[in-house]
Amino acid sequence: MSDVLDRADIGHNEGDDHLKIVGTRPVRPDGADKVTGRAAYGADFNMPGQLVGKVLRSPHAHARIVSIDARKARALPGVKAVITGDDFPNLADEFHEGGEAASNLRDMAMNVIARDKALYHGHAVAAVAAISSAIADEALALINVTYEVLPHVIEVEDAMAEGAPLLHRHMFTEGLEARPDKPSNVAKRNRIARGDLDAGFAAADVIVEGRYTTKATHQGYIEPHATVASWAADGQCNVWSSSQGQFMVRTYCAKVLGKEISDIRVTPAEIGGGFGGKTVVYLEPLALALSRESGHPVKMVMSREEVFRATGPTSGAVMHVKLGAKTDGTLTAADVELKYQAGAFPGSPVGAGSMTALACYDIPAFRITGYDVVTNTPKVAAYRAPGAPISAFAVESAMDDLALKLGIDPIALREKNAVRNGTKASYGPTYQNIGYLETLQAIKDTEHYRTPLGPNQGRGMAVGFWFNVGGESTAAVNINEDGTAVVVTGNPDIGGSRASMAMMAAETLGIAVEKVRPMVADTASIGFSMLTGGSRTTFATGMAVVQSAEKVIAELKRRAALIWDVAADHVIWKDGAAYCLDPAKADEKPLTLEAIAGQSARTGGPITGQTSLNAQGAGPGFAAHLCDVEIDPETGHVTVLRYTASQDVGRAIHPAYVEGQIQGGVAQGVGWALNEEYIFDRDGHMENAGFLDYRVPVASDLPMIDAILVEVPNPRHPFGAKGVGEVPIVPPLAAVANAIRQATGVRMADLPLSPPKIRAVLDAKGA
Amino acid sequence: MVRVVASADLRRFTGGLEAFDVEADTVRRLVKALEARFPGLGDYVDRRMAIAIDGEIHQDAWTSPLKPDSEVYFIPKIGGG
Amino acid sequence: MSKQHVSTTVNGDPVEFLADPGMTLLDALRDELDLTGSKEGCGSGDCGACSVILDGRLVCSCLVLAPEAEGRRVETIEGLAHGSRLHPLQQKFLEHAALQCGFCTPGLLMASKALLDVNPDPTETEVRYWLAGNLCRCTGYDKIVRAVMDAAAELRQERV
Repeated sequence: MSDVLDRADIGHNEGDDHLKIVGTRPVRPDGADKVTGRAAYGADFNMPGQLVGKVLRSPHAHARIVSIDARKARALPGVKAVITGDDFPNLADEFHEGGEAASNLRDMAMNVIARDKALYHGHAVAAVAAISSAIADEALALINVTYEVLPHVIEVEDAMAEGAPLLHRHMFTEGLEARPDKPSNVAKRNRIARGDLDAGFAAADVIVEGRYTTKATHQGYIEPHATVASWAADGQCNVWSSSQGQFMVRTYCAKVLGKEISDIRVTPAEIGGGFGGKTVVYLEPLALALSRESGHPVKMVMSREEVFRATGPTSGAVMHVKLGAKTDGTLTAADVELKYQAGAFPGSPVGAGSMTALACYDIPAFRITGYDVVTNTPKVAAYRAPGAPISAFAVESAMDDLALKLGIDPIALREKNAVRNGTKASYGPTYQNIGYLETLQAIKDTEHYRTPLGPNQGRGMAVGFWFNVGGESTAAVNINEDGTAVVVTGNPDIGGSRASMAMMAAETLGIAVEKVRPMVADTASIGFSMLTGGSRTTFATGMAVVQSAEKVIAELKRRAALIWDVAADHVIWKDGAAYCLDPAKADEKPLTLEAIAGQSARTGGPITGQTSLNAQGAGPGFAAHLCDVEIDPETGHVTVLRYTASQDVGRAIHPAYVEGQIQGGVAQGVGWALNEEYIFDRDGHMENAGFLDYRVPVASDLPMIDAILVEVPNPRHPFGAKGVGEVPIVPPLAAVANAIRQATGVRMADLPLSPPKIRAVLDAKGA
Repeated sequence: MVRVVASADLRRFTGGLEAFDVEADTVRRLVKALEARFPGLGDYVDRRMAIAIDGEIHQDAWTSPLKPDSEVYFIPKIGGG
Repeated sequence: MSKQHVSTTVNGDPVEFLADPGMTLLDALRDELDLTGSKEGCGSGDCGACSVILDGRLVCSCLVLAPEAEGRRVETIEGLAHGSRLHPLQQKFLEHAALQCGFCTPGLLMASKALLDVNPDPTETEVRYWLAGNLCRCTGYDKIVRAVMDAAAELRQERV
């Protein structure tokens, strides 16, 4: 019963093209619980008899684990289980599709708990379960681990250098012309190229070149990872977990623990932020193994310090960009080199960073080279448009320098080289139904763009791109006896998607949105869904919701035909009711959903519709951002005065939540540009593993963020929606940096642009 | 005939060939035809890559149809955050 | 060390519990009193997710030791609404879509209430600086500030 894909038509409700609910701003259905503190997040749940689980983490950035002696810990009264890497099966090198991107399962398993080596400071080495937090802490202190400390390497170019400490003896760089004969820390090199690069640069009137660096930054969700897990005596497992995907958690736990998938049921908690950082598992397999060993449920909650030290930030990077253009601004060539930190295991987002780097530009000749480099830092995890903000920072900074050198307005330079429908993207496919030029025009039309600047102020712009994905989703629409409906999906609600699901179902059925209740179900109660991420939920799960509602309508029409005793094709569905078109029965009144539902038992039974699909054709997103800053000449502090973000959103199902995604992405990008970074000391330990010194934007750091929603519908989605959540974080790094360049007159190419660096620039200028 | 464009990363399977035609009406049949013609290629793209069919990206979609004059491009699978 | 007996008032109700010596007020609220609305985001007073009002003063409950609540008055998110009638702040947060994941929301609401208790007519800048101790990673603060100012306006009207 799996529908692969229907090409749904927009505005297909018979005779009525006008949308009544989609595009409005109803209060979210889960809102009351969230504003009263009633909503249950990962750490808010408890199972009777549960133990407290805690993790022993490596104190070294790189070390061989010689031995682990847990006897004293096990003997401590109140300790019910102690586990190490030996308590987990050894996995073959196997790619698995449990998460969104292909990920090496063995690496994930070794990241969850170390085997022969600790690869970063904070790497999990053992775990305990005890009857109290205090006893668990005591037990950790009693575990005696013998390490052979090894030299470590943090920065990406240091890791690539000849003679660098090697993390993995069997890592031979993939993707080179010839397989190297020596192992290295470079897991992979990728390359995208088109045209004749040398000829392209030779044809240029002007060339701009630069080296750009970014630091590792964390997704910074306010809710630390948390889980409660129970492994029953018969092997049946129940997991409560805050994650971006309960099915992902189920799959990874099954694989890491060597269990059958049906033995594990995962219930999604409400999630306190993810941004990609909760698309993998850290605690769940440990909690399950501890539960197995102890015979009790185990609750594990990370501290903020653990979140920073031991969960995936995104890559730090070193980049080179060289651009060539004619005096009229036409780009003739581009050469981009990206070196990304992967952390302890391969899998940085350098591939996506490479594919998105030039995605906004129509250039005849280019070469993009990416290196995925392992380092003794936590294994990177996805962070909102993974890889794209980093390469965009470099390319958009270089474009800004090019505009300055040519004396061309930065927006005009983007327009001159813009991709449009029919352009072959730098990463391969041909664009269709894109709204990129419209976002640039929207910026030009703003009052912001025309407002003059004052002293110590600067204005910068940048553009950005993200693919957005589709993927597998299941949704069910169940009609209740009183004509109200429940929409069930398998996607955790990170940013208000539940509201959109209810709205799309209500719009399709033709009933009030208050009569449709959305639910996020556990893995045993709804068919498989890929996780919430990749800006896919409104697109793919929304598609499944609409198709389910359409199936319900087909069934409602059939029931009405039965009730009226007319042929099925004499019934239409309009505005939440069935209408009889049989001329012989002209005085039959319409049957509302409520009326038909009330008679469902007699007409055939419960009325439901379910759809499982693998949605294809997700539309990419484009954005153009404009940012004004003011520099305090005394302190080097940068104030963001004004920010406008325009984005092609396809169709905004719930405009307030679309605006919210844009504003949130901008805020993260501003933090990334100005203050956020992982600071490592000489021993490879993160020095600022807390919100005091890992400085994310606070309310007083930001102005109101103006979001302009440009709507160029995606014909693949029943309402034209495109993914919106990730694109907004791509332009801000360069938009802010370009504004600072204008304010200071100096190109600063090393993020974050924190006050000491700005002060150094001002000092050098003799200001 | 479906036109297949091979990115730089895939040319090691095709012996350097950048573009070529294949007879196939679904992605599944395309993948099998590629494997038959360039051993290793079909398997590689099936496991690791998404496919852009006339500009539209499909991922893990064997039944996606191909038109007689479709242009097909393989890109690495895309994840998100 | 043995536990300490604590008697205090939470949201107007007399409560008592036993506290370990190092237990924070946040732990006591969540683990002893089952009031899980206040959240732990950092445990070190940097994120504000645990914000409560203690004797009329906004505090991070993760920085208050549980025994310090003895004989005092604690207000948490669970006491903000009157029965099922939402406080204007809660209502405006919903209307303005001032929450996405909702994890920071209880702390933000308590902090906002504390602001409006002392300053019923704050400017945007005053709102932003008062709330600077409450981190939100989802919203960029725009809709939160609008909601607070709108709630302030409604509360000023109610008093008239």
